[in-house]
Amino acid sequence: MPAPLLSLRGLSKSYVTVRANRDIDLDVAEGSIHAILGENGAGKSTLMKLIYGVESPDAGEMRWQGNPVAPSSPNEARSQGIGMVFQHFSLFETLTVVENISLIVPGKKRALVARIRQLGQDYGLEVDPLAHVHALSVGERQRVEIIRCLMTDPKLLILDEPTSVLPPQSVRTLFETLLKLRDRGVSILFISHKLEEIRSICDHATILRDGAVTGHVDPREHDAHDLAQMMIGRDMPAPRPFVPREPGPVLLELAGLDYQPDDPFQMSLKAVSLKLHTGEILGIAGVSGNGQGELARLISGETRRHAEARDEVMMFGQPVGDLGAAARRRLGFAFVPEERLGRGAIPEMSLSDNSLLTAHGLGLVRHGLIDRGAEDAFTRRCIADYDVRTPGPQAEAGALSGGNLQKFIVGREMELAPKLFFVSQPTWGVDIGAATEIRRRLVDMRNAGAAVLVISEEIEELFDICDRIQVIREGRLSPSLTVSETRVEEVGRYMIGAEEGAA
Amino acid sequence: MGIWMIRRTTASRRMAVLAPMGALALAIVLNFLLYIVMGNDPAAVFYALLLEPFVSWSSFSEVLLKMTPLLLIAQGLAIGFRAKVINIGAEGQFILGAIFASSIPVWFPQATGGWIWPLMLLLGGVGGALWAVLPAFWRVRLNASEILVTLMMSLIAAQLLAYLLVGPWKDPMGFNFPQTVMFQWDAMVPTLIPGTRVNVALILALLWSALAYVYMQKSFQGYQLVVGGLAPHATAYAGFSEGRAVWLSLLIGGFAAGLAGAAEVAGPMGQLQRGISSGYGYAAIIVAYLGGLHPVGILFSSLFMAALYIGGDNAMVSAGLPVAAVRVFQGSLLCCYLAAIVLVRYRLVRDGQEAPA
Repeated sequence: MPAPLLSLRGLSKSYVTVRANRDIDLDVAEGSIHAILGENGAGKSTLMKLIYGVESPDAGEMRWQGNPVAPSSPNEARSQGIGMVFQHFSLFETLTVVENISLIVPGKKRALVARIRQLGQDYGLEVDPLAHVHALSVGERQRVEIIRCLMTDPKLLILDEPTSVLPPQSVRTLFETLLKLRDRGVSILFISHKLEEIRSICDHATILRDGAVTGHVDPREHDAHDLAQMMIGRDMPAPRPFVPREPGPVLLELAGLDYQPDDPFQMSLKAVSLKLHTGEILGIAGVSGNGQGELARLISGETRRHAEARDEVMMFGQPVGDLGAAARRRLGFAFVPEERLGRGAIPEMSLSDNSLLTAHGLGLVRHGLIDRGAEDAFTRRCIADYDVRTPGPQAEAGALSGGNLQKFIVGREMELAPKLFFVSQPTWGVDIGAATEIRRRLVDMRNAGAAVLVISEEIEELFDICDRIQVIREGRLSPSLTVSETRVEEVGRYMIGAEEGAA
Repeated sequence: MGIWMIRRTTASRRMAVLAPMGALALAIVLNFLLYIVMGNDPAAVFYALLLEPFVSWSSFSEVLLKMTPLLLIAQGLAIGFRAKVINIGAEGQFILGAIFASSIPVWFPQATGGWIWPLMLLLGGVGGALWAVLPAFWRVRLNASEILVTLMMSLIAAQLLAYLLVGPWKDPMGFNFPQTVMFQWDAMVPTLIPGTRVNVALILALLWSALAYVYMQKSFQGYQLVVGGLAPHATAYAGFSEGRAVWLSLLIGGFAAGLAGAAEVAGPMGQLQRGISSGYGYAAIIVAYLGGLHPVGILFSSLFMAALYIGGDNAMVSAGLPVAAVRVFQGSLLCCYLAAIVLVRYRLVRDGQEAPA
């Protein structure tokens, strides 16, 4: 048996409060697609940073093609033949594709253009080398990142959650590319927490939990349920059954909303219409950056319209377009934003003081003064009921992990008992157990008669919990699709704008 | 080998107290190095500048007198600073307070009665707040930087004062000096401690500090201001009014500075003149930050800064320190503080020592 391409033995890395990686053993064979599977916070990213030379391990040994190595910088890792595509792209939007690539890869522009075209043909990574990056879709930008890595002829390509930003159709093209790369001898480390993807493309999987390896398996021989159990260490909680119910009156209505933001880098919204009834969950699907943020702010009241346009947003039958967030909340509306730190919570303040942000109406303020006892009691209730892992109500919000803070914010907003509830990216960065719990609670609210609006980039999540889905693309909203009569591919077509002509 | 800054998961309370003290120590060392280079006797300067203000009752009472306006202004400014509404025009608001308060004794020099000085203080506060109306209005309306507008308003205030003193309000019997008449007895804030110049305004400043404490630490409105300063997006998310935060911050700061200005003309000055403010409006900015923008901290920092004024005067006479030395000390103190305060949120780590528990 030949020596593995990359071999790790006993690799450990600790930060101040956490042991991010403990005694990791890992062998990546030549020409394989190897999955690193784990929940958020399991230590996947730390491990990749160690391999890519962004951080150095505290202990352990790393061998590359049989020789011991200790990359101390990404540059060194690249020169060895290791390339990495990060989850968040590092491209300059105002430059063209070839200009971006020439920042890292030496060579004449004309030669680079030719190589980009060649790589594009070889691996199905078609992209115009002379296009400006800001004009490219997310999928195309990812291709640019991959091409940039391939220009240095890597033997190992690390991809950090590459599919989390892609619509389903683009995922398929990406996978075809990865298979071609493998066939030409490039090994791939594929980080993900999406089980079906891993089963469909990877030939090895290493599962991480709490910083340690819990198994090396062939993912094709296990079903998703097995893998999930290894990943979270217990059985997956079952989704809450849907109570079929007739939708009631309309609580939220947008009728042909047009919105031109002042900021040229924001997406303008065109003729956006939606109706949300009591007792249903409406999902907004779409690839990020297609107007979700702008739409969310218009509904939440963070963007206020002038008085003439006030009936573009109707809540509880009233025009609210010119009302601020507080006035809308007083009507029975609550909202969980996609950014937690600095928007949904103030990182420098304690959880108690973060309760006050939106729950001040629940008797936490008397005669203009803060009632510390009531504030503390409310916060403890949120922590207990929503399983927030924290030392206590006085912990600073910024010290909580993303998932725990999300549980706290969702809990705080749900405690307000809203009749109209709006959540943007409910389970971003939240581990599977907590994500399932949040989804269950959303379904509970719906079953109890609340109207729930969910913006999410995870189609599976929307299919799990929604009655209807509308897709947002380039600031336009698709017609409403009833989930029980719709296939994922149809939603995917709307996401990439391929529905015209297909209908 | 290098030193790194690593963000603490929670702010260090110990550092919040130690950082200002460390900054003070560092500023003292740096300034005394400067004095030595300039050829002054460091021991003499040290005694005159830092000890003498506290050793005799007569000089300490002068410290308390200087502390009063600093304390008033800094408490008001700190409220705005925590909301990130940066009013650096307290100097102008102070001058307007002094002008408004002086209107009574200038126009009614014969009036008598115990109502005069309280009304003057009130007028002073109103005058200071009015001077802050324009910056607040433009900030809310046009998003004009309150930093620039308040600063420019201070320059206008200084010219307005000069105009009044050489023009309509000049004392006709004053040998052409640019100053008003001396105020009548009832236009003066009553003395608090017999034999000194310390007056009732000190009590007002302490009361004002207590109010500031309740407002910032206990009230929901104060909380909203702090949220606005820390996380503007959270303010919009919760639906707190940003405009109201700007108005409150500037009006409170202006009122406090105006009150201080009134207490100054109706106290130690006894008349309106060009030199009514020895830069109190600017010094109070340093006082506010040095006190950690916390009402209790500001009590201490205002006391210290007042002592520095008195000590500077002493050192000028006894140790030959130049006039500018106090300003240099103030400025270097602020710089040291701004450097030290980083340690509240960050800790320093040397290479290879990243992971101590």
